Amino acid sequence: MATEITPGKNSESESLGEINKYDFRTETEAVFKSQKGLNEEIVRQISSMKEEPEWMLEFRLKALKMFEIKPMPEWGGEIDIDFQNIYYYLKPTDGQEKSWDDVPEEIKETFDRLGIPEAERKFLAGVKAQFESEVVYGSVAEDLEKQGVIFTDTDSALKEHPELFREYFGTIIPSSDNKFSALNSAVWSGGSFIYVPPGVKIEFPMQAYFRINAQNMGQFERTLIIVDEGAEIHYVEGCTAPMYSSDSLHSAVVEVVVKKNGRCRYTTIQNWANNIYNLVTKRAVCYQDATMEWVDGNLGSQLTMKYPAVHMLEPGAHGEILSIAFAGNGQHQDAGAKLVHAAPHTTGQIISKSISKNGGRSSYRGLVRVEEGATHAKNNVVCDALILDSESRSDTYPYIEIMEQDVSIGHEASVSRIGEEQLFYLTSRGLSETEASAMIVNGFIEPLVKELPMEYAVELNRLIQLQMEGSVG
Amino acid sequence: MKHVLTIENLQVSVEGKPILRGVDLEIKHGETHALMGPNGSGKSTLGQAVMGHPKYEVTGGSITLDGEALLEMEPDERARAGVFMAFQRPVAIPGVKMADFLRHSTTNVRNPERKEGEDLIPMKDFRRELKEKMEQLQMDMEFARRYVNDGFSGGEMKRAEILQLAMLQPKFAILDETDSGLDADAVRLASESIADIGREKMGLLIITHHDKLLVHNPPEFTHVMLGGRLVETGGSELAEELHSNGYERIRAAYPEAEAENAAMAGQ
Repeated sequence: MATEITPGKNSESESLGEINKYDFRTETEAVFKSQKGLNEEIVRQISSMKEEPEWMLEFRLKALKMFEIKPMPEWGGEIDIDFQNIYYYLKPTDGQEKSWDDVPEEIKETFDRLGIPEAERKFLAGVKAQFESEVVYGSVAEDLEKQGVIFTDTDSALKEHPELFREYFGTIIPSSDNKFSALNSAVWSGGSFIYVPPGVKIEFPMQAYFRINAQNMGQFERTLIIVDEGAEIHYVEGCTAPMYSSDSLHSAVVEVVVKKNGRCRYTTIQNWANNIYNLVTKRAVCYQDATMEWVDGNLGSQLTMKYPAVHMLEPGAHGEILSIAFAGNGQHQDAGAKLVHAAPHTTGQIISKSISKNGGRSSYRGLVRVEEGATHAKNNVVCDALILDSESRSDTYPYIEIMEQDVSIGHEASVSRIGEEQLFYLTSRGLSETEASAMIVNGFIEPLVKELPMEYAVELNRLIQLQMEGSVG
Repeated sequence: MKHVLTIENLQVSVEGKPILRGVDLEIKHGETHALMGPNGSGKSTLGQAVMGHPKYEVTGGSITLDGEALLEMEPDERARAGVFMAFQRPVAIPGVKMADFLRHSTTNVRNPERKEGEDLIPMKDFRRELKEKMEQLQMDMEFARRYVNDGFSGGEMKRAEILQLAMLQPKFAILDETDSGLDADAVRLASESIADIGREKMGLLIITHHDKLLVHNPPEFTHVMLGGRLVETGGSELAEELHSNGYERIRAAYPEAEAENAAMAGQ
């Protein structure tokens, strides 16, 4: 199938529909007065603004209580967040008020160097998206729609597909899972909702990248993907330009269900501004002979804590996590993975590559659990760290819990420094020291980069080149 | 003007220990010089110092290329100025494809003024040239897609070095034991390849224990290093003599250098 999402394919009437919906939304939200802080009233306001059903309000309120009770994680990095000093629901009008002129110069420069189109730059910078972008990018190709594929933002999904939504929402990651999943559950907004019906195989990557929609990439986005029996999808989210936000907390929840014989690959490449706490909970459940793959690239941020998980619930399920982290000056990447073997004959693999530079710190934190009865489970973990200078740091925290005898578990870890010999070899062939280091770093992550869609691979390489030059903060 | 590489009274230490104790050598474009000598005499050190390895500290003397002070240049600047060294034990760079590395390297050496981030030589032209050179060296094109020196056999490593020599077309090239670790056929191939590249198009310094590499590349000059000094210089007949008879005569003739050599080798 060679279908592509064709920009501007909407019929006249659909475009009109978009315009009306858009106008309506802007109007209602303009009267909403957002305020800083978090309490029951704010949560009720968010829910009522969105005209949500009662059950969602209850879900949010319950989550808020969880958030208040749950302690901060005692591991990972240092979190110093004043929860009362954050806007939990950013109206689109807030975005409109922010102008391109307010965006820091170095972010603009990076956009220039990455060649990001104008409309996308503004979106990425938190400036409200252009209207025409929404019309151009905001729809799924018609034939996919005919096959029953649903690709929409999570708020719309709650309204338009209430039964399907309620059946899965919050079932993979309960709000009580951790403090930040509770926070997200209380104040979530935006994110993507995807349903792929049985047997439908989407052979091109579905990208949130081009979905220029102010709601899509909020601070507390909530994504839910359901891959039905025998269906396949590759979902790509995020973008490789630094995402600028005046607020310092990004806390998303991503839930994925892969049913019998289904396949899902979820690719994220994110590069956050240096002031951001990026605390994300991502989890998938895999049924019989289903495959889930997380490809997760993390650059930037002050602190990222992210451990994509796959729970293999039925025989033959396969979970795979590829993780890349780059920690520069003032950055701490606490990234890793979690694989739970809950059925016999399940297989899992974790490959983690981290790079630390200019005093950056990267940690691999991973859990492999084989539950009782999960005989013949096979798991392999490979984590490699590359440290570029003596100020930088790398740590490995592998946790392995095995409740079954008949299993095969492998773990390899390596830490290396960019060798003087490698640098000398490349520079003696005419490469500058910066070019040589970038080449070594790109080589180090090459096994993961080649798993990325072409344009992401290219951008990731360029981004690392920029990081190596030190021109991206 | 004929290019000339001039080494004067070069003194080099490694981790504070003196290795080269005053080496003088002049190589003109088009000349082939052989550098021979027992293990630990300082032959490789000379190559590393000319190329600018940070571990090799120059404590005295000078190296100039057409009058320009090489010692003031970073290794990449030396490469762009036209100096090349084929490594005795090239290091692996996992994940970096030979072709990508070579395209970058060739671009920089051919456009010495190129700034980071500027365009590389066009892919099409580069591919054509690489293919041509690889065929000449009887290398499979698949080789270009492999990671630099990663999992290469000894022979493959040396051929990869010769391929780089062919692509970069330097003014001066130092071949550091490019024949070591190779079987007779591989040495012959390497030797013929160097001749094919055209040694008359560059100044060559061949560091070797054997004469096999010299068969197709007879040196105009043979230098013998002992204890960090060049103790004797002759023509190609000196290389033949050393290959047949070893270094006994040399060791006996220069007892002082021999004592230093023994001390260095013992370190």
